[in-house]
Parts: sequence; C-alpha cells; structure tokens
Amino acid sequence: MKRLMLGNEAIARGAYEAGVSVVSSYPGTPSTEITEYAAKYNEIYTEWAPNEKVAAEVAIGASIAGARSMSCMKHVGMNVMADPLFTVSYTGVNGGLVFCVADDPGMHSSQNEQDSRHYAKASKTMMLEPSDSAECKYFVKKAYELSEKFDTPVIIRLSTRVSHSQSLVEEEERENYLLKDYTKNIPKYVMMPGMARKRHVVVEDRIRALTAFAEDCEFNKIEMNSSKIGIIASGISYMYAKEALGDKSSYLKLGMVYPLPEKLILDFASKVEKVYVIEELDPIFEQHCRALGIDVIGKEVFSLLGEYTSEMIKKSVLGEAASQKIELDEEIPVRPPVMCAGCPHRGTFYVLKKLNLTVSGDIGCYTLGAAAPLSSLDTTICMGASVSAALGMAKARGRDFNKKLVSVIGDSTFIHSGITGLIDIVYNKGSNTVIILDNSITGMTGHQENPTTGYTIKGEPTKQVNLITLCKSIGVDRVVIADPFNLKEFERVVKEETEADEPSVIIAQRPCALLKSVKYTGNCVINDKCKKCKVCMKLGCPAISWNGENIKIDATQCNGCGLCINVCPFGAIEKVGEK
Amino acid sequence: MNKSIMIVGVGGQGTLLASRILGNVAISEGYDVKVSEVHGMSQRGGSVVTYVKYGEKVFSPIIDEGEADIILAFELLEAYRALPYLKKGGKIIVNTQRISPMPVIIGDKKYPENIEEKIKEKVDAVFVDALKAAEEAGNIKAVNVVLIGVMAKNTDAAYEKWIEVLKQTVPAKFLEVNLKAFDLGYNMF
Ligand SMILES: Cc1ncc(C[n+]2csc(CCOP(=O)(O)OP(=O)(O)O)c2C)c(N)n1
Repeated sequence: MKRLMLGNEAIARGAYEAGVSVVSSYPGTPSTEITEYAAKYNEIYTEWAPNEKVAAEVAIGASIAGARSMSCMKHVGMNVMADPLFTVSYTGVNGGLVFCVADDPGMHSSQNEQDSRHYAKASKTMMLEPSDSAECKYFVKKAYELSEKFDTPVIIRLSTRVSHSQSLVEEEERENYLLKDYTKNIPKYVMMPGMARKRHVVVEDRIRALTAFAEDCEFNKIEMNSSKIGIIASGISYMYAKEALGDKSSYLKLGMVYPLPEKLILDFASKVEKVYVIEELDPIFEQHCRALGIDVIGKEVFSLLGEYTSEMIKKSVLGEAASQKIELDEEIPVRPPVMCAGCPHRGTFYVLKKLNLTVSGDIGCYTLGAAAPLSSLDTTICMGASVSAALGMAKARGRDFNKKLVSVIGDSTFIHSGITGLIDIVYNKGSNTVIILDNSITGMTGHQENPTTGYTIKGEPTKQVNLITLCKSIGVDRVVIADPFNLKEFERVVKEETEADEPSVIIAQRPCALLKSVKYTGNCVINDKCKKCKVCMKLGCPAISWNGENIKIDATQCNGCGLCINVCPFGAIEKVGEK
Repeated sequence: MNKSIMIVGVGGQGTLLASRILGNVAISEGYDVKVSEVHGMSQRGGSVVTYVKYGEKVFSPIIDEGEADIILAFELLEAYRALPYLKKGGKIIVNTQRISPMPVIIGDKKYPENIEEKIKEKVDAVFVDALKAAEEAGNIKAVNVVLIGVMAKNTDAAYEKWIEVLKQTVPAKFLEVNLKAFDLGYNMF
C-alpha cells in the first residue's frame, strides 16, 4: 500500500530496506528527520554524533568494517565533514556508504544558501538528486548498490522542498544484507602519500567509469514532447518545470548530478531548438553545457538567489503572464520567528543588553537574540565561531574591549565546535568570558538529545558530559552556574566574570520551556499597580503587548514562566491559576 | 483538475495536523497527493504555510500566487497575508483569532484594522470563531480540528471519509473531543 511520506522519512525507509545497520548524524534543518526516522528501526544502530565530522567518520568506519552505513547533514554540515569526505573518496568503501546532504535554497532556516553539488565535483564522488519521496527511497537503495559497485561514497543531494514535502511511497521488505568480510588492506585504507598517490589514480579511473555510467543510467532520462523547447533540470526544479510547462516542452531530467553525462546532453540539445537549464543556486549544469559548446539559456533569466517557482518558469520560458492575483493595498507586518514565551535565553539577553556588552554570537534558538527588542547579538557566522571569534576580537582590540565582551553558545553548539575555541583561549592566554546557554536540549532543530543531556537518540539513559568538569579540565579555573531567570544574580555574575583577567565560563542553566519535563503553570496578569513604564516589554515576550493604552498579557500565549514578574519594578505583574 | 489547498497560521497552532488529515483523505479518494511543509524554525511563533495538492498527477508540491482553490487560515493577519495566493473564485476560511507579531508588539508596526471587512470585499470568505467552538467541544487545543471540519464541508469527500481518517490520525484519548470539534466545524455553515 502506498502512503504519504516526507522525503526525509523516505530516505530513512530506503536505508532500512537496503539493509543499512549504522547511521550517525548531527542534526540540521532540513535534514534532521532522516536520522530521527532511522532511529525508529530496531535493526539500525542510530546515533547523534557531536558534529558532522565525527558522524561521517563513524559511518566511514562502519563501511570499512563491512556494514552499509549512512550519515546525514544540512548543507553547511558538509563543510564540517569535508575533510574525511575528500579522503574517503580515495579509500573507497567496503559496505555501501551514503552521505545525505540537504540544501536550503531560500534559507528557510540557514545562515547561507551554498550549493552542495560543488562538493561532489571537488571530492570526485558520485551524487544523486531525487525529486520526490518515491525517488528518495529508490535512489537511496540504488546508491548502496552503486557505492559498492564503483567503490565510492555516494552523496544524495536533497533540498528543503524535497526533504519536507510528503508524497506517495510504496513500502518494501528489508534486504537481508550480510556484513562484507573485513580484511586488513593497508594500501587501500591507509592514506599516506605513497599509497594515496596510487589511490588517486583509482579515483580518476572511477570518475571516467562513472561518467560513462551517467550516459545511459536510469537516473538521467529524456522525455520528448515539443522540439521547440528543451529543459535540463534536476530535483525540485524539475517538478517546478513540469508543473509550469507540462507537454509544451521536452525534458532531460538529471537524477545523477555528478559526474554529468556528455553525449546524452549533446544528443538532447540537438533534438530541440532552445535549451533552458533550470537549476536553483549555482550554474553548475549550465557551465557543463557551455563547456560542451551548447548555447543554453540559464542564469541570464533565472536567479542565482533563492527558490524558484513554477510561475516564474512559465513566465520566463513561455512568456505567459502569471495567474491573476489579489493585490493588497496596505503593508502587512511581517511575522518573524521569536523566542518562545518562557524561553530561558530571554533572561540572558535581557541582562546582556542592559549591560551594553558586545556579544559574539553563535547558531541556535539564541540567534534570535539579535531580533528587536533585545537586539543584543553582534555576530553570527557558523557553529562554534562565537568562542574563537571573541578571542580574535579581544586580541585585536585589547583588554578594555574584552571587559565588555562575551560569547554566547548553546550546549549542543558548544560540544559541536565551541570547546576547541575555548581551548584556544586557555592555551593562548586569552581572558574571555564564554556563556554556555544550557537549555538541556538541542532546541533550534526541534529537540534532539546531545552529549550534555544524558540521553541517546533512542531515549536510552547514558553518561552525560559534565560541562563544569570539562571546562575545568582544559584549564578554565573560573566556571560558574547561574540561572538566567534570576536576573539580579545573573547580572552580578556577568559583571564579575567579565572583570576577571582570566578565562571564565558562565553556564546559564534553565531548560527549554517546550520540554515536557518543564512544568510552568498558571499565567501572568497585570494588576492595577502598573505605571505603564513598559520595562516588561523590553523582554520581547510574545505574550506581552501594548494596545495603545495599556499593557496586556495574552493568556493563550503566556505559559506562566514568571520572568516578567522579575523585571517589573512596581510589583504590577502577578501570577494567577497556579497549580 | 488538481485541487490546491493552502493552510496558513502561526507556529504552534497545529497547522501540520490539518494538512496531514487532508492529505490522507485525498489519498483515500484515490488521488495523487503532495503535502509541503516547512519545519525547523516553526516552533517559534513565525508565519507557517503548508500546501496540499491533489488530483490525477501532482508535480510541484508548492502553490504559487493566484493558484489556491481554498485557503484555510488559522489567524486573521495570516489570512490577509495569504490572499494573493487565492485563485479567482476561490474561497478562504478564516479563524478570527488574532495573534500579534513581534513588530506589532514592540510598536514598530500596526496590526491592520478591519481585516474581516477588507477580506470580504475582495473574495468569498467565511469567518469562524474556532476558539469558541473548541472550548465548546471541551479543549481549546482542538481549534485546528474545528477548522478542518469547516473545510471538510467545502470539499467533495464524504463526511464518513473524514471521520475515518480522523480516527486514524488523532490519539485515542483525544478522539472524543476531536470528533465533537470536527462536527461543530462541519455543521457551522
Ligand atoms: C555545521 C552546522 N550544523 C548544523 C547546523 C544546524 N543547527 C543550527 S543551531 C543547531 C544547534 C542548536 O542547539 P544548541 O546549541 O543547544 O542551542 P539551542 O537551539 O538549544 O538554544 C544546529 C544543529 C548548523 N547551522 N551548522
């Protein structure tokens, strides 16, 4: 029976059916659910690793040991695991090895919109790109066969719209995959120069073989309709094009996006009058076509930025006007995401703003600390950068600047890549203050366990990294725990630690308000002592608003966390309905 | 002809359940179906949009402006924002609940006035106080199911189909409340 499945669920199903037995990933939207769905199968050992590099290496080890394995990440996660990627391309695999990478054109929840297809080319590995959930499952299963056949890791490229759309998938049985034999093979798996030189020859031979395979594989398909227009596209762009143009054009659908075929593309181009290349982000197919001497239409009409739509394709290719639509005659206020009511990060940023500190920021829910009215974050680059970049700032501008500077980093992000920056601070005699925002979970990506939470992805209790002992063991002598909702005490601690002429860590500890274990009750209301000073509104709580005359707390939004009670100087907020 | 239904609201309002139920009803009617969601930051009070498309064969999971047959809006401002997506002759079902976005809360922007009238002027619209109906059903969290009920009346699928899918999708302990909420919505117009 067919059922609706997210692209990500279908990837996990494909891994299951292919007999995969090890999956290791680090979360990242829009890839996270693949690993969460994989964890539901008892037959698959699944884990959240501390970061993508570790995750990829666990998968590589499992492959070398003879299992079919997988590691999944968002596009920027591929930057983190690029080091092992480029060399596992040389060693090749034993059991099939698949990396799934999910791009985010339009940046629904990312800090950039890089195109991960470059990685397949740069690492000389095979890349497939499915267009819907049924293809997700099918391509993954095929990817394992091809990984073993061509002795290569295979990358499956996804995008937000493929990962997070549901379409129909037929479930099949799990293959009874037996571990491949493990035999010591130094020339294949020990990449020191003498052996790597020989493996590089193998890699170049493999790319030639894969290119030949691309010419007539089942993933690359020509659909002939009109000979006037031909479209070359892959992934979700292919679906947009089909929706827009239907039978009015012919198609070359590229399911294998690296290496690209040559004859097949030349053959298709010769059959149609005009060739359009429709690819979100970078002109990778387009440049390939141009190198083959084909005069295609690409980025001169289609943007390098953001997502495409069927409507824009219809307009650019057929010159057809868009559907009639209703115009609104006034500006509508945007609704950006905000820190939830009860979010522990709110207390931290309230204090940092009050103290007017420079805040070297990082990635997580707390990045929203840059939004008004808290507006307190100064920078966000990539995971971990809050700590190391603050050392750079302090070294550049000196002691006085450093006394008004802190780093903020979430618990998951600290383990991912903040700890190495902190070691740099200690080793190179920095005296930065790092605030670890410990909300007991990986919040941003939808509540994943991590090494500091004490549970595995399967919900089993495990050892918990102790942040205090960890920081002390690398040489940070000043480590304090403070509750960000105890505003006075938190402020005192921040002042004291930024004053100190040595490295310090403040662990801002309070769990995410959305965790089931957190039980705030009742809700806050304004009483008649209110002087309308609006101090409470500086918290940026979604439940508190000003209606032009009074401050109001929306009972459907408020969860009774009580932070506003702590900021009110007049005792004008109280809690009702507490259980 | 494919049908395109767009569901809009604020993160945390339960729009995903609505799109999943609708998707499953469409499958049981024998259609090809695509449902598109954007996850990730949606817990944090931002605008959320899901698309449900069904018919003989669906390619793109996305609905472009001017293409939605029905818009189901969980919040008034989000209804207004989504209007350009409505097809000529399409219908919008609007929950009259208001949730102020942050730019309004901090006084940077104003929550537009008389949205209901403005929507009515432009398109075929029904307005529902789903919060009140959910309360009547016994749980304010059932707002989404009330709205599904209203929408169900506007599709070709039979009442029994909806109930069947509802039974499969909603946890057993909430089923009674949800069936009540669905009926309140279904019989509202
Ligand atoms: C290299 C990389 N991997 C993954 C992500 C996706 N991502 C963004 S923030 C984050 C973790 C946030 O968790 P935490 O640091 O605990 O902060 P919280 O959101 O809980 O406040 C993840 C996984 C990313 N942006 N970059």
